[in-house]
Amino acid sequence: MSSEQRPDLVLDARSVTKRFGGLVAVRSVDFTIPFGSIVSLIGPNGAGKTTFFNVIAGVYELSDGEILFNGETVIARPRRTWAEPIYWFVVPTILLILAVAALLAGIGIIGHLLFLATLLAIIPALLVALTRPRWYVRMIGRTGIFRSSRPNEMVSLGIGRTFQNIRLFGNMSVLENVMVGMHSRMHANLLDAALRLDRHKREEEAAVNDARKWISYVGMAGYENEAARNLPYGYQRRLEIARALASEPKLLLLDEPTAGMNPVETREMTGLIARVRKDLGVTILLIEHDMEVVMGVSDRVTVLDHGEKIAEGSPDEVRANPQVIEAYLGRGAASA
Amino acid sequence: MTGHPTTGPATGGTKPGIRQRLSRAMSPGTAFSARHQSLTTVVTFAAIGILLPVIVLLPPFSGFGTQNDWVGGFADAGIFVLLAIGLNVVVGWAGLLDLGYAAFFAIGSYTYAYGASPFTGLHIPFWFMLPIGAFVAASFGIMLGAPTLRLRGDYLAIVTLGFGEIVPAVFLNASTLTNGTNGIVGLDQPSFGRLFGVGDFGFTNPWPYFVTILGIIAVAFMLLSRLENSRLGRAWVAIREDELAAASMGINTVTTKLLAFAIGASTAGLAGVYSASKLSIVSPDQFNFTVSFTVLAMVVLGGMGNIWGVAAGAFLIFELQSQGLKQLNTFIGGLGLPAFNLGPITVDLATINFLNYQYLLYGLALVLMMLLRPEGLFPSRRRRRELHELPDEAERGNVELSEADEVEL
Amino acid sequence: MTPATAPLGRVRLSAGRWNVAVGTIAALVAAYVIIDLGAGGEGQAQFINALTIGAIYALIALGYTMVYGIIELINFAHGDVFMVGSFVSWWLLTTLGFNGAITDPLLLGVVLAVGFVFSMGVMGIVGMVIERFAYRPLRSAPRLAPLITAIGVSFILQNLVQVGVSNSIVTTPQIIPNTTLHIGPISISAINLFIIVLAVVLMAALQLFIGRTRLGRAMRSTAIDRDAAQLMGVDINTTIALTFFIGSGLAGAAGVVQGLYFGVSVFTLGFYAGLFAFTAAVLGGIGNTTGAALGGFIIGFIQVIAAVYGYGVWSEVVVFTALVLVLVFRPTGILGQQLGERA
Repeated sequence: MSSEQRPDLVLDARSVTKRFGGLVAVRSVDFTIPFGSIVSLIGPNGAGKTTFFNVIAGVYELSDGEILFNGETVIARPRRTWAEPIYWFVVPTILLILAVAALLAGIGIIGHLLFLATLLAIIPALLVALTRPRWYVRMIGRTGIFRSSRPNEMVSLGIGRTFQNIRLFGNMSVLENVMVGMHSRMHANLLDAALRLDRHKREEEAAVNDARKWISYVGMAGYENEAARNLPYGYQRRLEIARALASEPKLLLLDEPTAGMNPVETREMTGLIARVRKDLGVTILLIEHDMEVVMGVSDRVTVLDHGEKIAEGSPDEVRANPQVIEAYLGRGAASA
Repeated sequence: MTGHPTTGPATGGTKPGIRQRLSRAMSPGTAFSARHQSLTTVVTFAAIGILLPVIVLLPPFSGFGTQNDWVGGFADAGIFVLLAIGLNVVVGWAGLLDLGYAAFFAIGSYTYAYGASPFTGLHIPFWFMLPIGAFVAASFGIMLGAPTLRLRGDYLAIVTLGFGEIVPAVFLNASTLTNGTNGIVGLDQPSFGRLFGVGDFGFTNPWPYFVTILGIIAVAFMLLSRLENSRLGRAWVAIREDELAAASMGINTVTTKLLAFAIGASTAGLAGVYSASKLSIVSPDQFNFTVSFTVLAMVVLGGMGNIWGVAAGAFLIFELQSQGLKQLNTFIGGLGLPAFNLGPITVDLATINFLNYQYLLYGLALVLMMLLRPEGLFPSRRRRRELHELPDEAERGNVELSEADEVEL
Repeated sequence: MTPATAPLGRVRLSAGRWNVAVGTIAALVAAYVIIDLGAGGEGQAQFINALTIGAIYALIALGYTMVYGIIELINFAHGDVFMVGSFVSWWLLTTLGFNGAITDPLLLGVVLAVGFVFSMGVMGIVGMVIERFAYRPLRSAPRLAPLITAIGVSFILQNLVQVGVSNSIVTTPQIIPNTTLHIGPISISAINLFIIVLAVVLMAALQLFIGRTRLGRAMRSTAIDRDAAQLMGVDINTTIALTFFIGSGLAGAAGVVQGLYFGVSVFTLGFYAGLFAFTAAVLGGIGNTTGAALGGFIIGFIQVIAAVYGYGVWSEVVVFTALVLVLVFRPTGILGQQLGERA
């Protein structure tokens, strides 16, 4: 795989493949998103759009291929997720097993010593793993065990997302929802919060301030203390976007943001999407079924069918592509 | 906007980041004001510390024992209050059902036994053992949690239940290390008790223990209640509500859950150290599953998620169980009711010992509470909302990260 | 639970059917050799002992797995249902005045039949009552709620037996004569043979019921998608109640067997038995009835192997460690999660 980097791309997915068991959901898709653009992913139901989307968001592990974000490889072959926390404790665990074995075998002194060693070995492992998890994981990553990313790491890198079926934190207030979105941009740790250090106080104040701004940015000022589950549908969609924006993404992934909306709401949402790009300079990847939205707002459209990329280009090019028409309407419609 | 890729996480510091651009687009909002909870906590606990010993001098409490008896009982209740607020972090805030909580209590106790008894010959002062016990318990919490916290909630419950059984079993069976069934005896008692003008620590003087546990609880309270409204507390609630969404908002779900587990375990460790020093003995039978379940019942009945409610619930339940049932025995026994037979079961209310019915009452209380008032006696606002949600919304809370329900094939 | 899990599970399942059969035989042979090495001359007896204990766990595990499969609830009270079942059979036998072996084969058959039917029926009804009052009202509540009531019910059952019947060990009459049968090279005592055969018959009957009957189909469809099953005319409440009836009935049968085999019962019996049986259900793949039976036998073997090598007191540690390892490395268990898919 060539590692030539293109500085104009925020996301560069190279021959991405995702299999579920024997089923290939996404097959060798190349896909790029330039900085500051709005790119849409369309395709019939079951084309693999959401799977592809979830691979980018770090929810699914890649079966094959590579994804570069900001010129850096962030997702490659999967890491063994179960191994990571175990890895933290490999040394203490081995010592513990030896200690128990020695005790069972009746070698009391060695057992006691090993037991003590276990306790001593836990301490540095824990301290490092908990206080500097990122550093620790990166250090272990050098050994080649962990290469892929998970959703939370993708957010830290600058990818925010919304969900097709809204997944707000229903019992939290609107303000809290947005503040959860800021999680990865806040730094207060356990001690700061428990001891209520200045740093924590300042950060919380700033966070509440920012959260209010995000809420009014999506046009929901005044709803800050409402429980998210009590919001009307359209507002829930907007809150999802506010929550995603609060993580200060470079790339925002929107999964069918206008699903289930009436024309007026759809127009407002389309306006919001365009505004996010214009005001905030956020690059947007959009999955959408509503062709009016897609054609109106996108710079570029990619079409997936049966997990494969069948067309790519400007909205007008894609609209005229016979393969696309065939995928949507069936064979015959294109030739007719 | 820009064609320049940057490395590392964007903090919005160097060039006009998204937050600055937002500020340009929007007018500033109102400022956030931090509440001063700590003062309230200190004042409340000072008041409790003064009022409780005074109240028991008044009828009807004065009829049930001397002031020293009561104060000793309060010190014991304090152990369960501490356990309950620790478990509340795990169950109430992070939503992880831990059924083996007594294991960490046991680990704390045995840590004290190793650190301050003739058994090992070490005599580390109680005050140093407190943080050590908390730390060792937290380490074991993380050791257990690290591989298992990825599991679905109810699997986690079983694994913790198993762990809760393994730990006492190890303490029982690894007898070279733990002295087996007999346990470790003659543990050191805390010293420098004259500090508070309450006399020496000892079996006959409960006051120093009472003051100590009150102090420990107050500190734990202050630290824990601050967490509730912090970045970490929000992350716990978010994970409880929807783990995938939480991860997609940048929360490292494993580390966050581990922290809840470790904090809960360390609180149990504190309780263990304290309890071992008070009893001056540790043995495996002090830590069987009934302890875990009792504490869970306290958390549930008190009101999951509300630290004050949980503490009050633990205190009330402990006192009911240690005093209330005893008094009920005396009361019913004095009525002189006849005995009657029901097949294999003989019921004789006059000689009935209500202490034996403790777990029946817990069981009934748990079932009825879940059916009638699932949010507990003193509910937290958010938990109440959650437990009374509509059926179709209830399904959403439990989705595994690896098996998100939006696979589209 | 989620639609996503279904296709994944099925792929694994169909690929592994032969492997499972071959693996089982290989494992049995290996287990025999291991036991024989440790037991020194008593290998065969211990092997049969392991099968018998395994059969008891398997019967209990079936109830766990069926309930979990259908309403995704870990029925913590299930182990205590088993315990109560053993007390019911104790009560019946002592009330009927038996205190030793029954030599008349006809009478023995009648007593056993009555004992099992009575105990299974009573426990089945107890299970349905528990479901009706403790779980059904909470069917749409967050999952923590029914789990907590299950713990509550477990407390109630245990405490009722403790204070109502006995707070120590009760002795169940050993009504099956202590004779040893010789079938070719195999020597097996009557009670072991009876228990193993009974367990196999009950499990086979369950598989047939789930696989071949209308009610069984209703159970399977409810397990896969409750709402869809309801729309297709399945009476959800009846189906779930039936699941509890069958599961608890099997636990009741296991309770009788426990009394007959070990001769003693105690009110705390249900806790460990329940925990071990749940481990068995998870080992085999929760929601999978064949898996639960397999898991039960595995646990039986683990226990006996630990015992013959002198680590009997460590057996629970070994079992729970096995549970943690399985959950971490293969949370779907050995056979994957499907209720009745394999029938």
